[in-house]
Amino acid sequence: MFGNTTLTQFIFGRLTWEAIPYHEPILVVTFIAVALGGIALLALVTWFKLWGYLWKEWFTSVDHKKIGIMYVVLALVMLLRGFADAIMMRIQQAWAFNGSEGYLNPHHYDQIFTAHGVIMIFFMAMPFVTGLMNYVVPLQIGARDVSFPFLNNFSFWMTTAGAIIIMMSLFVGEFARTGWLAYPPLSGADYSPGVGVDYYIWGLQVAGVGTTLSGINLIATIVKMRAPGMTFMKMPIFTWTALCTNILIVATFPILTATLALLSLDRYAGTNFFTNDLGGNPMMYVNLIWIWGHPEVYILVLPAFGIFSEVVATFCGKRLFGYASMVYATCVIMILSYLVWLHHFFTMGSGASVNAFFGITTMIISIPTGAKMFNWLFTMYRGRIRYEVPMYWTVGFMFTFVLGGMTGVLLAVPPADFVLHNSLFLIAHFHNVIIGGVVFGLMAGVVYWWPKAFGYKLDPFWGKMSFWFWQIGFFFAFMPLYVLGLMGVTRRVSQFEDPSLQIWFIIAAFGAVLIALGIASFIIQIAVSYLRRDQLRDFTGDPWNGRTLEWSTSSPPPEYNFAFTPVVHDHDSWYDMKNRGYERPLGGFKPIHMPKNTGTGVILAGLSIALAFALIWYIWWLAIVSFVAIVAVSIAHTFNYNRDFYIPAETVTETEDARSELLAERT
Amino acid sequence: MSSQAHAPANEDAHNVHHGHSHGYGAGHGSLKTYLIGFVLAAILTAIPFWLVMGDVFENKLITAVLIMIFAAVQIVVHMVCFLHMNPRSEGGWTIMALIFTLIIVAIMLAGSFWVMHHLNVNMMPMSPEMMKNMP
Repeated sequence: MFGNTTLTQFIFGRLTWEAIPYHEPILVVTFIAVALGGIALLALVTWFKLWGYLWKEWFTSVDHKKIGIMYVVLALVMLLRGFADAIMMRIQQAWAFNGSEGYLNPHHYDQIFTAHGVIMIFFMAMPFVTGLMNYVVPLQIGARDVSFPFLNNFSFWMTTAGAIIIMMSLFVGEFARTGWLAYPPLSGADYSPGVGVDYYIWGLQVAGVGTTLSGINLIATIVKMRAPGMTFMKMPIFTWTALCTNILIVATFPILTATLALLSLDRYAGTNFFTNDLGGNPMMYVNLIWIWGHPEVYILVLPAFGIFSEVVATFCGKRLFGYASMVYATCVIMILSYLVWLHHFFTMGSGASVNAFFGITTMIISIPTGAKMFNWLFTMYRGRIRYEVPMYWTVGFMFTFVLGGMTGVLLAVPPADFVLHNSLFLIAHFHNVIIGGVVFGLMAGVVYWWPKAFGYKLDPFWGKMSFWFWQIGFFFAFMPLYVLGLMGVTRRVSQFEDPSLQIWFIIAAFGAVLIALGIASFIIQIAVSYLRRDQLRDFTGDPWNGRTLEWSTSSPPPEYNFAFTPVVHDHDSWYDMKNRGYERPLGGFKPIHMPKNTGTGVILAGLSIALAFALIWYIWWLAIVSFVAIVAVSIAHTFNYNRDFYIPAETVTETEDARSELLAERT
Repeated sequence: MSSQAHAPANEDAHNVHHGHSHGYGAGHGSLKTYLIGFVLAAILTAIPFWLVMGDVFENKLITAVLIMIFAAVQIVVHMVCFLHMNPRSEGGWTIMALIFTLIIVAIMLAGSFWVMHHLNVNMMPMSPEMMKNMP
């Protein structure tokens, strides 16, 4: 390893000036834009002297509410990056006809579709879901924080570190050109000798640590920290789906970690797990990665189902129809999601009996999902429906998701899958369920819980604009892909021969532009609402006439969430409390025991970036140094005994009195 | 749950997790259980080494199977002696998590063997007649 290397090679590994893509004009312009934007942002933060504030109040915070918000901010930033990739692909595919190569060369195009998939799943949807669970779950169960507050902060920074590693590949070296799951042998050392796949591996491994730990954290929180009286069958549905999702995370992410570890052994140590020769078997990788990959889609969609359940019950003013069946459906989905993974590779060559088994399990899993759909419909039936923005997203979801679910059942029939495998029909199907299910759910969740997090509602006009642009844009962008898929167009193609296909791609590109307007409306919505926050202010803490415990505290909630731990008698506990004439306690406050902020999470994540960078570029000295530093900092942190404090009773009294005054003024 | 064990006022569920709280949960090991665990683990590690280095069995398959069995027993020893798991710890949650893990591992192993076996049978080089008579 160290033989015959010059000093430069020793210091920089395989990192040379050639790794900087200055010969790609698109990347240079992007880099200049990112650099200017970044410098402007840093300058503004410095100008307003915000560094101390950000560090003390946010980066080192162990408050689950702030960490939840930071997760969502990360997800929104990555949404913009992932969507930029999407619209570049749409333009390329609408352009590259009649002998034109388009504006992206294949080398660049391949990186873009890989980055789009990786970013949207791992760094947009995952942090978004985790962020909402982090914010809402402790409030819904009447807890003051999660079980392991430091671990929560650490998890967030590891996820961010993974995102930073992926983003670095844009300007230093290249990203993987393998598709978002990096199948070998293409992702092996022989066919992908560059740094792209290494960026992929280490970005996901670092982020995976964060995801797994936050899963453990939230399970412990839900199992151990529920308010007195809240038995499992009295938990809000969102907390139930969060529990099932986190169990899935803890059970499946180790499989991803192990599979990627085997792939990295193939690439770094010359082993032959997934190579073509010497006993390796690439099909084993496909098999293993989908044992993680299929539960992963349920990890994303279950919390979205939870959000819709909360939204439907609140805005129809009714108890959710079939609470128990909803819980059982969620649990059944959790188990069944482990029994369907082979439907992602029916065409790989298993026999009829294997394909039939997995085809049938796949059709079975649509039953509990369908049951949920009917529960929501029956909740709406004869309910007093208020069409606020979250309800728009919910109804849009029901319509769109059922369509996507039906094409999913179609793909579950193995003979049909042999025709449609890897075609644009598949692309249209999973965007149909992920956008129509997960993204619509997250949007509904943001609008629904925004007043809780910031103390004012989001502007409804721009919210509806955002919804309609997304909804219509979605149909324009993906219905043509169904058509093209049925005509036999495969995914990941950068240039086309048949000019009759072009019109469909132009329609799809138009749809992508509409979705871009939807995202823009969403950002405008936030900006407008911030400016109009005094008109949109929520003084009660319960702007929607909510039903679960998070609406019983103020908006935004105090640092300690609840001055006294609530006692629960029924599900929809806040609704029950309101009906029984609940009185806010006005005195007798006691000091509240809280965890202290710590910067260890930021430091460990920073060192992990250094370690990943060193491993990607073969800078062995840096790898050793940063690894030793990670171990040292982790051990040093265990000697930190100064990690909790008491909020004095006077402070609690002041905060609660201020709220009493506000409430009195309003009534 | 733990929150009910404490007074509802200020010392609620919250102080169970940080500071020095052991809660009611898992059993605590004594020096004796750690020593028993250590000795058992050492023996269970030594035997496989002896099996391989002493060439005890002619048939490599028997050696491999025996090593796997010793590894499985080793896992149980670790769980009982070092992780202090028993059916009652944490109000039954540990055993439930273990059962769930075992189910997932079983699905993963059995499924992978089944799938890979089929692939092996179907995807190895075949004559046209074999192709026609595929299962």
